[in-house]
Amino acid sequence: MGILLWLAFTTPTRAEWTVNMAPGATDVSHAVFDLHMTIFWICAVIGVLVFGVMFWSMLVHRRSTGQEAAHFHESTTVEILWTAVPFIILVLMAIPATKTLIDIYDPSESELDVQITGYQWKWHYKYLGQDVEFFSNLATPREQIDNRAPKGEHYLLEVDEPLVVPVGTKVRFLITAADVIHSWWVPSLAVKKDAIPGFVNEAWTRIDKPGIYRGQCTELCGKDHGFMPVVVEAKSKEDFTAWLAERKQAAAAERELTSKEWSMEELMARGEKAYNTTCAACHQPDGTGLPPMFPALKGSPIATGPVQGHIDIVVNGKPGTAMAAFGKQLSEVDLAAIITYERNAFGNKVGDMVTPKDILAFKQAQE
Amino acid sequence: MSAVIDHGHAGHDHHGPAKGLMRWVLTTNHKDIGTMYLWFSFAMFLLGGSMAMVIRAELFQPGLQIVQPEFFNQMTTMHGLIMVFGAVMPAFVGLANWMIPLMIGAPDMALPRMNNFSFWLLPAAFTLLVSTLFMEGGGPNFGWTFYAPLSTTYAPESVTFFIFAIHLMGISSIMGAINVIATILNLRAPGMTLMKMPLFAWTWLITAFLLIAVMPVLAGCVTMMLMDVHFGTSFFNAAGGGDPVLFQHVFWFFGHPEVYIMILPAFGAISSIIPAFSRKPLFGYTSMVYATASIAFLSFIVWAHHMFTVGIPITGELFFMYATMLIAVPTGVKVFNWVTTMWRGSLTFEAPMLFAVAFVILFTIGGFSGLMLAIAPADFQYHDTYFVVAHFHYVLVPGAIFGIFASAYYWLPKWTGHMYDETLARLHFWMSFIGMNLAFFPMHFLGLAGMPRRIPDYNLQFADFNMVSSIGAFTFGVTQLLFLFIVIKCIRGGKPAPAKPWDGADGLEWTVPSPAPYHTFSTPPEVK
Ligand code: HEM
Ligand SMILES: [Cu+2]
Repeated sequence: MGILLWLAFTTPTRAEWTVNMAPGATDVSHAVFDLHMTIFWICAVIGVLVFGVMFWSMLVHRRSTGQEAAHFHESTTVEILWTAVPFIILVLMAIPATKTLIDIYDPSESELDVQITGYQWKWHYKYLGQDVEFFSNLATPREQIDNRAPKGEHYLLEVDEPLVVPVGTKVRFLITAADVIHSWWVPSLAVKKDAIPGFVNEAWTRIDKPGIYRGQCTELCGKDHGFMPVVVEAKSKEDFTAWLAERKQAAAAERELTSKEWSMEELMARGEKAYNTTCAACHQPDGTGLPPMFPALKGSPIATGPVQGHIDIVVNGKPGTAMAAFGKQLSEVDLAAIITYERNAFGNKVGDMVTPKDILAFKQAQE
Repeated sequence: MSAVIDHGHAGHDHHGPAKGLMRWVLTTNHKDIGTMYLWFSFAMFLLGGSMAMVIRAELFQPGLQIVQPEFFNQMTTMHGLIMVFGAVMPAFVGLANWMIPLMIGAPDMALPRMNNFSFWLLPAAFTLLVSTLFMEGGGPNFGWTFYAPLSTTYAPESVTFFIFAIHLMGISSIMGAINVIATILNLRAPGMTLMKMPLFAWTWLITAFLLIAVMPVLAGCVTMMLMDVHFGTSFFNAAGGGDPVLFQHVFWFFGHPEVYIMILPAFGAISSIIPAFSRKPLFGYTSMVYATASIAFLSFIVWAHHMFTVGIPITGELFFMYATMLIAVPTGVKVFNWVTTMWRGSLTFEAPMLFAVAFVILFTIGGFSGLMLAIAPADFQYHDTYFVVAHFHYVLVPGAIFGIFASAYYWLPKWTGHMYDETLARLHFWMSFIGMNLAFFPMHFLGLAGMPRRIPDYNLQFADFNMVSSIGAFTFGVTQLLFLFIVIKCIRGGKPAPAKPWDGADGLEWTVPSPAPYHTFSTPPEVK
């Protein structure tokens, strides 16, 4: 077994048959990797010794070779020895582990703060103090998941908008969740931290090289737990600054849309898109839902009833169920578009139209 | 001594079992109840196993083929719950019922009526649990660890039935544990001091204390869930001022001792089997007892090693890391003692010994990965990946399950009065051994390469090892039908077993005839 393990860990491997952790892209991930390899080798050596003795015994001390059983059955010296020696080995292991842990637990002196919020089933990133925030959704098309199209290289590990961070900068993550517990993991950064509703957890990273680093949610969070990847794009400092400026402008443009006059067609088109990224996971693309957990919208009393009730449930959610309060998650434009879409798609023919201004008015009336 | 025993039987032979179905419903006989526990456990093993087959079939290839994510989550949850509470725990209670009275020279368990009740709660509990799969909204889908708020605010409606089922299982376990403690402390034959008991009795005694300590905690945990779900409390609901992390502390305060509940009895059985087939007394009996007790003690102060990533303060993190690493010491002592028992013995490899040796090797591998997981900074990379899945399957399948198989083959002659088919049993061993390693070893690689657990679909880079793993799992699964065949064959006939079929075996259970008469040790034997 020891030899097999050794072979497995030392022969050059093709991507598909990866057998070991990757050293990663940060100082911390390298430290963790070294720690991992150290413990692994300690275990391997102990294993070879213990199993060696066992196999020797199994080969040599067999009755079929005419072996007479010895009768010894205790020795305090030996017992003390094999209690003390492992204890010392453990202490030796604990020293580097403690050092690395202390390092990981020090998020001070960060240069950029990003708030990460887990939602069922997407991530939200907010650059604190920068006025830039967005959701990051799975980008793999449904056809690939349902085996109707060939799967791409980054199958299930691709998103519409990655988290962008600058290299050579200490980035602090403030991690929380809006519904159930999620966990934000990027193996190459050796950052895994649970996103817990009502708590804010801290983690940090400093990435050396520009590149794209992929990970996934690692805490079971319901139906689409396997479908909420994390993608981090590390850019050079200049590229990052340019990107941030661009995002700020885009955000300003988005806000202006609220006061624009919208036509039914525009709202329906935008609504369909927003519905499919935000609502379809539960209520399904054709609005039939997955009852009873996720009710159908097709012909539903709310989606075909008075408009105020419809706006209310989308903006405020329904406590005690998986229906989140989207008022805080989506822009007025998207809320208006989605509600309009839901009232006029899947055979719901209410015919009315909700504009971004209606949403704004609703929200203001609530305050 | 034997004269006394023979006399005891002669006087009681007319006291046979009742006839028909009512024998089983009303029985208070420890052997009948042990048998029922074992059959129940095996049925649950097959049920939980078929759910594992669904999981592995879906994971055979990337993409969604067989089931949808909602159902996949129900399968992983039910698989875990059924295997833990339905297969492993009842199997050990079954072994305890059969063997502890025989090992310590007691006529029966101390509380036979309660014994009957604690068994019959289980079919009720599991019928309830499994029925949730057919309810609207489906069964539990939040993992066997059922973290809130996924299992409260966001749970399917059937969660109430799940909670009730857990309560029933908990009551059953607590009663079983009380029975074991009462039996061992009160019904030992004259001369059978505690330090003369077979280790199986010792490890079960300690397990029983663990059960009594932690099952009520689990009950408290699900009761808080029930309150949150139905009565508007907010124990685990942050929006109402509660704390979702509290759930995990409570759960793992139960959960970590629970994993030792699932392994300590196997430690005990293996400690009888290895000496028997090495024809040499167990090395370091006293240190084995102390090691077991230390493991049990430590198991109460390591729970947060399951929570290294929830964001506990660094002092907590360090404490739980050190405490967890410490568990490796007594665990190592046990392994060293077993190996030394074999050393310079006169070994033969009948099925019980094959399973016992595989137990020692593979359980140790699980211990190694456990030690790696104990290192908090490294656990940040391993946690909730397939590496953890590999770890706990290495300690539970070749640990708990192989321990049960080894015990079954070791004591089948005593139970049935026939020898089992050795050739088939060895085939069962080798197929299980190969299947199990093929299924679970690649999971280490998958986890290290970055595959999270509890996902129904994955990136193409994980495809090859997943396919290997599924093939191994199917092999292991099918092989268990062979075990069923071997047991049935052994019950129906075979070479008659002498009172002591294993020349190296030691213990009171081998002083009664095979099959063990319905009543044994009505007059206590005398132990020198
Ligand atoms: C040397 C002894 C052991 C050590 C140091 C150890 C350590 C650990 C650690 C640190 C974890 C948490 C991993 C994570 O979630 O990131 C874990 C998980 C687990 N261990 Fe062990 N372990 C040991 C032995 C055992 C034994 C004997 C059993 C059961 C027979 C066991 C069963 C489990 C189970 C079931 C889990 C996973 C629970 C879950 O998240 O679903 N372990 N172990
Ligand atoms: Cu544990």
